[in-house]
Amino acid sequence: MSMILQLDHVYKNYSRGKTEVPVLKDICLEVEKGEYLAIMGPSGSGKTTLMNLIGCLDVPTEGKYILDGKQIGSLDDNALADIRNQYIGFVFQNFYLLPKMTALDNVALPLLYAGVSQKERRERAAEALKAVGLEERAGFYPNQLSGGQCQRVAIARAMVGNPQLLLADEPTGALDTASGNQIMEIFRELSGKGMTIIMITHEPSIAACANKTYHILDGQLITTGKEAAADEEG
Amino acid sequence: MENIRLAFQGIWGHKMRSFLTMLGIIIGIASIITIVSTIKGTNEQIKQNLIGSGSNVVTVQLYQDSYTYDLSYNPPPEGVKVIEESTREVLEGLDGVEQVSFFTKREWSENVSAGSNSFSGGVFGVDRVYLELMDYQITYGRTFGDADFENCRKVVILDKTAAATLFPGVYPVGKTIEIKSEAFTVVGVVDKGASFAPTINSMEDYYMYADTSGGSIFMPGPTWPVVYRFDEPQAVVVRANSTDDMTRAGKSVADYLTANQISSNGSKVAAEDGEETEEAEVSGGSSFSYRSEDLLEQAQQLQEMSNSTNQQLIWIASISLLVGGIGVMNIMLVSVTERTSEIGLKKALGARKHRIRIQFLTEAAVLTSLGGIVGVVLGILLAELISRTNGIPVAISATAILISVIFSTVIGVVFGLLPAVKAANLNPIEALRRD
Repeated sequence: MSMILQLDHVYKNYSRGKTEVPVLKDICLEVEKGEYLAIMGPSGSGKTTLMNLIGCLDVPTEGKYILDGKQIGSLDDNALADIRNQYIGFVFQNFYLLPKMTALDNVALPLLYAGVSQKERRERAAEALKAVGLEERAGFYPNQLSGGQCQRVAIARAMVGNPQLLLADEPTGALDTASGNQIMEIFRELSGKGMTIIMITHEPSIAACANKTYHILDGQLITTGKEAAADEEG
Repeated sequence: MENIRLAFQGIWGHKMRSFLTMLGIIIGIASIITIVSTIKGTNEQIKQNLIGSGSNVVTVQLYQDSYTYDLSYNPPPEGVKVIEESTREVLEGLDGVEQVSFFTKREWSENVSAGSNSFSGGVFGVDRVYLELMDYQITYGRTFGDADFENCRKVVILDKTAAATLFPGVYPVGKTIEIKSEAFTVVGVVDKGASFAPTINSMEDYYMYADTSGGSIFMPGPTWPVVYRFDEPQAVVVRANSTDDMTRAGKSVADYLTANQISSNGSKVAAEDGEETEEAEVSGGSSFSYRSEDLLEQAQQLQEMSNSTNQQLIWIASISLLVGGIGVMNIMLVSVTERTSEIGLKKALGARKHRIRIQFLTEAAVLTSLGGIVGVVLGILLAELISRTNGIPVAISATAILISVIFSTVIGVVFGLLPAVKAANLNPIEALRRD
């Protein structure tokens, strides 16, 4: 299995006024293609910051981040935008669908930034919607869809550009259990097809869906392995 | 294209807000269009009125230094000859000249009355072609005949204003008026052209409408000395071949008359009539000269005057555009704040800075362009309304419309720049964290 991303002694500090507050300390993480892993941690532990780093929304203060062989740390805003567009699919807790666009247009959005023609955008977006079982809702606006449907549209949007990595930040956090299970089902399918998935959650039952669980506490990655997650559950 | 569609969507989504934002631009552009249209219309009318549409008439008068020589107060000018009938042919042979007419005049005549009605206006001693050349038409009675000229008959023709002053409510033809205690018989009444609005076709008309003077009385030229003097040098009206020839024709007639009618020391006329002109002028040349009223130039002067007013008004209107632009900037800043999470999401999905910037710039530009277009329409309507109610002519200027729309777009881009840059520089993490 080849490596998709590698964090090598990564530190991240945020400045609050004059003082630098360390958020992530000495994170080392290697993820291989096709892995499905969960990162758990209490709020304030730095898991969202880690997610932002992995998602190329931010760059580390110190240490190396290599995504698909590319060193991310030295890139400027526009280059980061291109990397995100090309390599990473995001799924957020609050879906972040644009309310004035139909489900289809929402899904097609990343393709617009990738410079795909309108005709191809629509075709590929329709395909992606079909993959999450919402093909007949293509013309609906987000406020006409349930929360679960919204998240499925968001997953379709994340997947439409054929990214290398799916990053999910509390994907079930705003959903009821049934909808949450549906989302997890989709993730399992994607993982089965070889998609690399990194999921942040604080729900052990959701983390249990992943093949591997990391814990983050006070900015440090402490435990690995499915067994650890299972222990905690028990 | 996508951006323009999005921009319309955004504007449509906040109809009331967008309209209020546009209002400043609308008012600014509308006032500029109204001002420009009204002034342009006035300018065109000035030109048309002064130059005349088709009559192409220029007056050549005697000047002393820079002022017209008024025979009402002054003695006959020394060294200036009366224009002989034989000169007519020479003048009409000059380049651009179609026809000339000689006349003497008193611009503000006194001692003219008919019964208890007195008249103070212009009195003209005219030749046979004058009335026709000046485009006067007989409304009552007859025009002057050969006998009137040959026998120096004491007959007059009144224009409409003079007739109304001297004979209010009475048919004037056949009645008698007194000029300096001499009795004259009214043989006709003339009127200028058919137009109802005051069209200014000559300097007399110009003075008439400018000063609302009392009208004109015409008598045959040979009769003139009965009440006035023998030796008055005439003024000349010149009809040019075309409007473009007016200035040239007027000038060549004036130059010819100055060279041949005015004698002074050293000129050939002075040599012929040496004894008469010896005491006329001490210095090398006469202070008299014939000059043409350059109507084209006068029109230009009047236009310049209205243009400068125009420019000041445009500056004032531009201030409202500035205020409108600030309003646009304000609303765009609000819009950026409101749409922070949208911007954050777009950046997370891979939108480059440039794309976000263009999106907001387009929205601002579309907003102000729309305002500009609405302003143009409103301005045209307003200008039409003004022309209907005040009778001021309006000429819609295509250039002004084009410039206005382009300018309003530019305002959008300029004032949209700050909000757009702010949006493009948003940190996606911060933007997504806010809800």
